[in-house]
Amino acid sequence: MPEPLLDVRDLRVHFPTDDGLVKAVDGVTFSIMPGETLGVVGESGSGKSVSFLTVMGLITAREARIQGEVIFEGVDLVKLPKDEMRNVRGLKIGMVFQDPMTSLHPFYKVGDQIAEAILAHRKIGKKEAMDQAIDMLERVGIPRPDERVRQYPHEFSGGMRQRAMIAMALSLNPDLLIADEPTTALDVTVQAQILGLIDRLKQEFNASVVIITHDLGVVAEHCDNIQVMYAGKAVEYGYARDIYYDADHPYTWGLLQSIARVDAPRTERLKPIKGLPPSLIFVPPGCPFHPRCPYVFDRCRTEVPQLLPVDGHHASACHLSLEDKERIFKEEVMMHQ
Amino acid sequence: MVKLVGVKKYFPISRGIIFQKHVGDVHAVDGVDLEVFPGETLGLVGETGCGKSTLARVTMRLFDSTAGSIFFEGRDITKLRGKDLRLIRRDMQMIFQDPYASLNPRKTVGSIIGAPYRLHKTIPKSKIKSEVQQLMELVGLNPEHYNRYPHEFSGGQRQRIGVARALALRPKLIVCDEPVSALDVSIQAQILNLLEDLQEEFNLTYLFIAHDLSVVKHVSDRVAVMYLGKIVEMASGDTLYMNPKHPYSGALLSAVPIADPDLAAQKNRIILEGDVPSPIDPPSGCRFHPRCPQSRAMSLAQGLGDQPHPRCTEEDPELTPQHPGQVAACHFPLPDRAVIAVDAG
Repeated sequence: MPEPLLDVRDLRVHFPTDDGLVKAVDGVTFSIMPGETLGVVGESGSGKSVSFLTVMGLITAREARIQGEVIFEGVDLVKLPKDEMRNVRGLKIGMVFQDPMTSLHPFYKVGDQIAEAILAHRKIGKKEAMDQAIDMLERVGIPRPDERVRQYPHEFSGGMRQRAMIAMALSLNPDLLIADEPTTALDVTVQAQILGLIDRLKQEFNASVVIITHDLGVVAEHCDNIQVMYAGKAVEYGYARDIYYDADHPYTWGLLQSIARVDAPRTERLKPIKGLPPSLIFVPPGCPFHPRCPYVFDRCRTEVPQLLPVDGHHASACHLSLEDKERIFKEEVMMHQ
Repeated sequence: MVKLVGVKKYFPISRGIIFQKHVGDVHAVDGVDLEVFPGETLGLVGETGCGKSTLARVTMRLFDSTAGSIFFEGRDITKLRGKDLRLIRRDMQMIFQDPYASLNPRKTVGSIIGAPYRLHKTIPKSKIKSEVQQLMELVGLNPEHYNRYPHEFSGGQRQRIGVARALALRPKLIVCDEPVSALDVSIQAQILNLLEDLQEEFNLTYLFIAHDLSVVKHVSDRVAVMYLGKIVEMASGDTLYMNPKHPYSGALLSAVPIADPDLAAQKNRIILEGDVPSPIDPPSGCRFHPRCPQSRAMSLAQGLGDQPHPRCTEEDPELTPQHPGQVAACHFPLPDRAVIAVDAG
């Protein structure tokens, strides 16, 4: 039984603010195996980004109250001192963010930025670092990399900037690549290129990948496992097939029924989830989804459901019985699809 | 209801600090013929720089066209000005993409939705508040929030405010420019359903613009695909899904992620090289030729080398009929079922 690359146990990230304690992440447990692509799906405020910013050490005890464990290759990152965390970040874990224009410094040439990332971790000469930067730009499919390396971010198109970000994230051959909404700001044909690139590079660099997104289509096409998050908690987890063909949580059902699908006949009316996502300061008691859940019953209002396995791998955090879940999925959700 | 004939919109580019010299144009819209029929939803889909937003604004007369004519209900409105234009504005309204930028943050919601009434003086001042509150209820907002400011509402609610404002004068045509792109998935569905209900209740015609083909296909009777300022294909959503004819439509369709792992695995992927070129200097002949896999394939098949086919570099194709109700501008249209090889469902 191989060891997980990343093992997150009961992670809680709470931000004290003037308005109250924002429980951005509130008890999240999951693991990522080597060579796996995990999709983390959720809407704004689900806690998906904060979870991984914490894993990366970009959110620390200075900003938030962090509880739980983030065990990466056997070491708990939460407890790691800053300088040691810096060795992990970039070298072992690379991250790609949503808007490449805000993550690339506009005043420095792209090549210098990538070389800087390399030089921060490797004791090599500047020229060698630059050669590696050129090599990385080529590997991410940027034509004429030796010219491009001397250009500024504004001279790159959106898709190319994202490729440059991916080059930077992979330049030190990390074991884990975290992509936070990597294609949301891009045109759909460019999105397809970038996601295809990530799939290919994953093989080449032998890395595990996390794709954080709100797009259910993206995770269906590119992820082995999927975790669905809501109000700071993981509400469902399973293989991609489990989530699409055998979903076991009312929020997942709600998401599946509410998205416009290019393969669906036009006469199908979308079924939105009623209500609004909850405040993370005043999270509803019991199951955070209960105010919006069409199947709510008494227990849901008082008792927080635990993320429990349904069949070993597939887990859902919902008080409904397995029979009820399967029946509802078959009769109401599948019909819609 | 709306007819566009040969519409072009160029934005001039100038160089020079003291003496401005006209050095070129952005060919945002470069020759578009389009008809929108009463009661229908026409979807306009395309990526950055294709000109869809510009086309919408030209139709609404928010921009003057550089060339071509715009007809509304049979009347030529291309050169309308002043009072005449303002009268037309009662019949065509717009809903914008960014619910955070399209509402004046310093005005109350009641004031924002009531503004059309005050501007056009269609009802007496004393009646405005009750009308506005009725509209608020119609779009799913609490009428008691009349005096609140935009920042007190969520993105989805702000978009509802935009919809209420657009409806105030009971227009005939509403141009929706990316109305749900900035919203969370579960809220998108609420707004799309709202738009559908309102269309039925008020007999509205929609020009619906989005980059998300899934959303466009869901709401539209017909879909027009734009690329670099021109319409390259037009068909019903179902036809476009089953049998896209223009290689760009095929690429767009194959790029749309499908929330169904098995179906997604069966898609034929048409991956385009590079990024969308700039509309400042569009390619010769068919604008799509530099990125077109079909053009290269035809050239290879005819022994002309691994490059775009000469016909594509020289001749700009016209929109020609394909399946019933479908037109595409391509010299070598895709075969049937080029992207989705199996039947859905």
